Amino acid sequence: MAKELICIQCPQGCRLQVSGRGEGLKVRGNKCARGIAYAGKELTNPSRTLTTTVRTCFPDFPVLPVRTRGEVPLARIFACMEEINAVRVERRLRPGDVVLDRLAGTGVPLIATADMGEGKAVYH
Amino acid sequence: MRKDWDVIVIGAGPAGLAAAAAACDAGAGVCLVERESRPGGILKQCIHDGFGLVRYGEKLTGPEYAWRDIEAVRRRNIPIWTETFLLELQRAGDGFVLTMQNREQAVFQLTARALVAATGCRERTARQIFIHGQRPAGIYTAGTVQHMINIQGYLPGRRCVILGSGDIGLIMARRLVLEGARVEGVYEIKPEPSGLTRNLVQCLQDYNIPLHLSTTVTRVLGRERVEGVVVCPADENLRPLPDRGRIVPCDTLVLSVGLIPENDILEPLGVELNPRTGGPVVDQRLAANVPGLFSCGNALHVNDLVDYVSESGEIAGRAAAAYALGRTQPPNHAELVPEGDILYAVPGRLDLAAGGKAVVYLRANRTIGNARLTISAGDKTVLRKRYPVLRPPEMERIVLDLADLPAGAGAVKLSLRGEENG
Repeated sequence: MAKELICIQCPQGCRLQVSGRGEGLKVRGNKCARGIAYAGKELTNPSRTLTTTVRTCFPDFPVLPVRTRGEVPLARIFACMEEINAVRVERRLRPGDVVLDRLAGTGVPLIATADMGEGKAVYH
Repeated sequence: MRKDWDVIVIGAGPAGLAAAAAACDAGAGVCLVERESRPGGILKQCIHDGFGLVRYGEKLTGPEYAWRDIEAVRRRNIPIWTETFLLELQRAGDGFVLTMQNREQAVFQLTARALVAATGCRERTARQIFIHGQRPAGIYTAGTVQHMINIQGYLPGRRCVILGSGDIGLIMARRLVLEGARVEGVYEIKPEPSGLTRNLVQCLQDYNIPLHLSTTVTRVLGRERVEGVVVCPADENLRPLPDRGRIVPCDTLVLSVGLIPENDILEPLGVELNPRTGGPVVDQRLAANVPGLFSCGNALHVNDLVDYVSESGEIAGRAAAAYALGRTQPPNHAELVPEGDILYAVPGRLDLAAGGKAVVYLRANRTIGNARLTISAGDKTVLRKRYPVLRPPEMERIVLDLADLPAGAGAVKLSLRGEENG
C-alpha cells in the first residue's frame, strides 16, 4: 500500500508516493535523490535538524542561535530542548563553534550559528 | 572619511550585502548604510534552516547564510554605517544626496552617483486587516514574536493563536511550542495555505498543531491583555459567517498576514511603483525609472527564497556600478506585459540597449495544473515552458536571453495559462 509523504529537503516540497521498506523501498514523485533518502528515513526514524537558541551572559547578545550538526530523532526533540535550556554561553562564539558535545544522548553536537562579535558591532 | 561614493547601498540585509560585494567587484567605490546595530537584516532572527540550497547547495540557518555575506563584505573592506538612519534622499545634479543620522556624527550627508535600495519589507499589521476593538497587550506580528524569542530571549505568551498561514507564522508556531508555549491553532481565511508545503509538514504536522482553513479571527477579547479571540468560518468569497463564530481562549494573537515592500524613502524621488508588487517598476538591470536608482530583494517584491534575494542584489549592485562608472548606454525599453494566470512578474520592462539575459521572477495568481508559460514578441515565441503544478506561494524563476527577441520588439508578452485545481 502506497503512503503519501511530502519531502521537506528543499522548498519544492515534492509529493512522494512511497511503498515497501528497506531493500524493497519504492519512491515515486521525487525530483531528486534526496527524496528517496528522505522517504526511507521518514518511514523508519523521522529525524530533523533542531534549530533554537541558548542563553548567554552578554547583555548585547542575550541569546545565541544554535543548531544540531546533523539530525536528531523527532521523538527526542523535547529531551534535547530540556538540555539546551540549561546551557549558558560565557564565551563569544562564532558559527560552527561547539556549544554541547553530545546532545541528550543522541551523539549529535550542538553548534553556534551566529557570530557574536566583540562587544558593540562597529564596522566603519 | 570619504563623503562621495560611486554607489551607496541602503540596507545591509542579504540583498544589500550582495549588492555591495557585486558593486565592489565591478570596480565601484561602495558603502552600506544600516539602521540596526548589526548587518544581516531579517536573517539575524531567522534561526531556522533551509536557506542557501540554490546559492550554496547546502542547507544553512539564516544567521549562517548572513555570515557568509557579511564576511564577503568585510574581505572587500566595504564600510558599513551601522545604527545609521537615512532621513532624506534627494537628487542633486546627476547623483543623489543622502541625509543621515547616527550617534557619532549627528546629522551628516553623503553623495553617490548611484543608489541601491535594499530596504526589505515590513509586516502587515492588525489595523491593515481590520481587526478592531480594544487594544489589549498580546497582539503581535509573527516577525515581532520572532525578534522577541530569537534575539531578545523573551517568550511573548503562553497560549497562542496564529492568524494567517504565511511561512513566518508556521515557523513561529513551531518555535513557540519548542519554547514551551501552547499553540491553539493556525487560522487561514483562504481555502489553501499560503506558506510552503514543507513548512506545513515540519512546523505544524511534526508538532500536532492544527491548521484551520477557510477560518478567520473576527474579534479580540480582553481589555488589558488578550483573553481570547472569536474565530469564524469564511465563505468562498472570504466573508466571515458571524453566526458560526466560537471563542478560543488565548493570551496572544500572532499575525502572519503578509509582507509589504518598504519604499517610502524613495517617494520624494518620484519613483514609479508597481501596485501588484509594492516595489519599483524596474528593467532587467533592476534599474527604476529614476536614473541611477536600483532596487533589489524584498523591497523590489516579496521573495520566498533568500537565494533569489541575493541574486537580485548581485544584479542591482553590478548594474549600479556600471551606471556610476559611466559604462551604460541610454536605455531602449520594451514593456514586459503579464497575461492570464500571472499574479505579477518582475521586471516590468526590458532594456534592449543593455541586452544580455533577463532573470524573470513570477507568481501564479491561483493554484493551476498543466500550466503553459510563453514569452512572445510580435508573432515570435521566444520561450516556452510547462509546469505540472503552480502555486501562488512558490515563485518561479526563468531566464530570458534578450538576443532571442526580434529586432525592434515593442511589447514583450509573458503569458501563463493553466487548468483549475491542478
